[in-house]
Order: sequence, then C-alpha cells, then structure tokens
Amino acid sequence: MIATIAFYLFATLTIASAVAVIFARNPVHSVLWLILAFFNAAGLMLLVGAEFIAMLLVIVYVGAVAVLFLFVVMMLDIDFAQLRSGFSRNLPFGIIIALVLLGEIVVAVLAHKAGPVMAGQAIPAAQVPNIVALGQLLYSRYLFAFEIAGLILLVAMVGAIVLTHRSRSDTRTPKASRQLRRRPDQALKLTDPAVGEGMKL
Amino acid sequence: MIGLGAYLTVAAILFTIGVLGIFLNRRNVILMLMAIELILLAVNINLVAFSAYLGDLTGQVLAMFVLTVAAAEAAIGLAILVIFFRRRGTIAVDAADRMRG
Repeated sequence: MIATIAFYLFATLTIASAVAVIFARNPVHSVLWLILAFFNAAGLMLLVGAEFIAMLLVIVYVGAVAVLFLFVVMMLDIDFAQLRSGFSRNLPFGIIIALVLLGEIVVAVLAHKAGPVMAGQAIPAAQVPNIVALGQLLYSRYLFAFEIAGLILLVAMVGAIVLTHRSRSDTRTPKASRQLRRRPDQALKLTDPAVGEGMKL
Repeated sequence: MIGLGAYLTVAAILFTIGVLGIFLNRRNVILMLMAIELILLAVNINLVAFSAYLGDLTGQVLAMFVLTVAAAEAAIGLAILVIFFRRRGTIAVDAADRMRG
C-alpha cells in the first residue's frame, strides 16, 4: 500500500518536473527542475530495489552533471528571451509528434503482453545486498566493459579540457626552463666601488 | 504491487517529454542537452524496471554504462557549447552555419 502511494508520488513528480524543464522560461529554473526530476527518478528506482543505480543517479547526475549545467547557464551571458522565438510556432507540430510517439510506445508496451511472457517471476529474495551483487557482476563478467567505461570518462575529461583551454597572451607565466638555465656568473657581478663614486649600472 | 507496465508507462511519458523538449526549443542548445538527459533517464528507468522484473542484474549494469556515457556526453557537449559561445556570442542553433550544412 505504502509502496503504491510512493510510486504514484514519485512518478507524478518526475513527469511534472520533466514538463517544467522544457517549459520553464528561465534556464536556471530548468536545471533546478531537472534536479527534482532526477531525485524522483532515483526514488522510483529505489522502489524496485535498484539501490546502487538510485544513489549513482543522485551522486553523478545531481552532484556533477546538473551542477555543470548550472555553471554553464550562469557563466554564459545569453539573451534567453530571444532564443525562445520559435517556441509557439513549433508548439502544435511538436505536440502532434509527441502524441504520435507516445501512442507508439504505449502500443509497444501493451504488445509485450501479447507475446510469450519471458520470465515474470517475482524478484528473488535478496541473499546479498544489491550493491554487493552488482559489484560481483561488474568485476567479473563485465570487467572489460567497466574498464572501457572508465576510459570513456577519461577521454571525455581530456576532451573537455582541451576544447575549453585557451593560452592567454596577457598573463605572464614564468618560463621554468629559462630560469633553470641561469648560472650565477650571468646573473651576479661583484663590484667594489670607491667611497663617494657611486655605482655604474 | 506496482507492475512492469506502470514503470514502462512512466518511462514512455518521460521519453516523449524529452523528444518534445528538443522539438520546442529548437534554438537553445542548453535546453536540448537537458532534454537529452531526460531521454536517457527514461531509458535508465526502463532498464532498471526490466532488470527487477526479470530478476536479472544485467539491466542495472547496463544502466550504469548509460549513466557513464550520459555524463561524458554532457561534459563534451557543454565544452563545445562554451567555445561556440566564445566565438559567436550566442548559442542559437541556427548560428552554427559556418560549414554551410
């Protein structure tokens, strides 16, 4: 009973905040609605026992990706009102496309009942926690794919840094090689001026 | 108890909202990227729901890989967005016409 109520609460809030993401006037509000959608989707996943994916959603999406979006939205000085110009023109066509797509997907969802049901047994009672089971699978059968995923993240990180890095000419950075090549006899001169004569530079 | 169909319906609606978001915000790249995140979230919900329904953890492993790719895609997409804005001073999609595509 409580699970049913929780499911409908999470599902309604997920869909409502997803609608708010695409209809919000201010992109900062869009990002905040996106964060709410991710939190509720994490709740949906908790309900079926996928604890690890739910926590990953909160940590990776809310903690990293959404904050990245927020930084970019706030950093760039963009006239968002001007970007919305085609919005109402696209609305009727977009709604039609969306309804057709939704109809197709719902038909496909209903169609899976027509075929032979693949398994449909209840979830086996968990002998090991979800995270332990996932870890055992990830580090044995899917080890290679796991390593590739790490590599993809590394490439994405390097790529993002290379793309956005710019060498600025107006900053004075020390040239380490030149500094290290300096010898005392080039930099230092000992003089012994007489009294009252002063130094000659 | 909530069945598989309810989860698939939620994911279908979420997916449709994502596609609608791409259609409506044709010029704003940031909102397009957010709509793509919504679509990937719908895919993840589907994977997790099937994983629970079939009693097979492979779906959750796959959802983790989708999450990885989504994070990489967001990072690269936003980096491209930042350099595009630096050159053009706008993020409108129709300003990206240098290659006459």
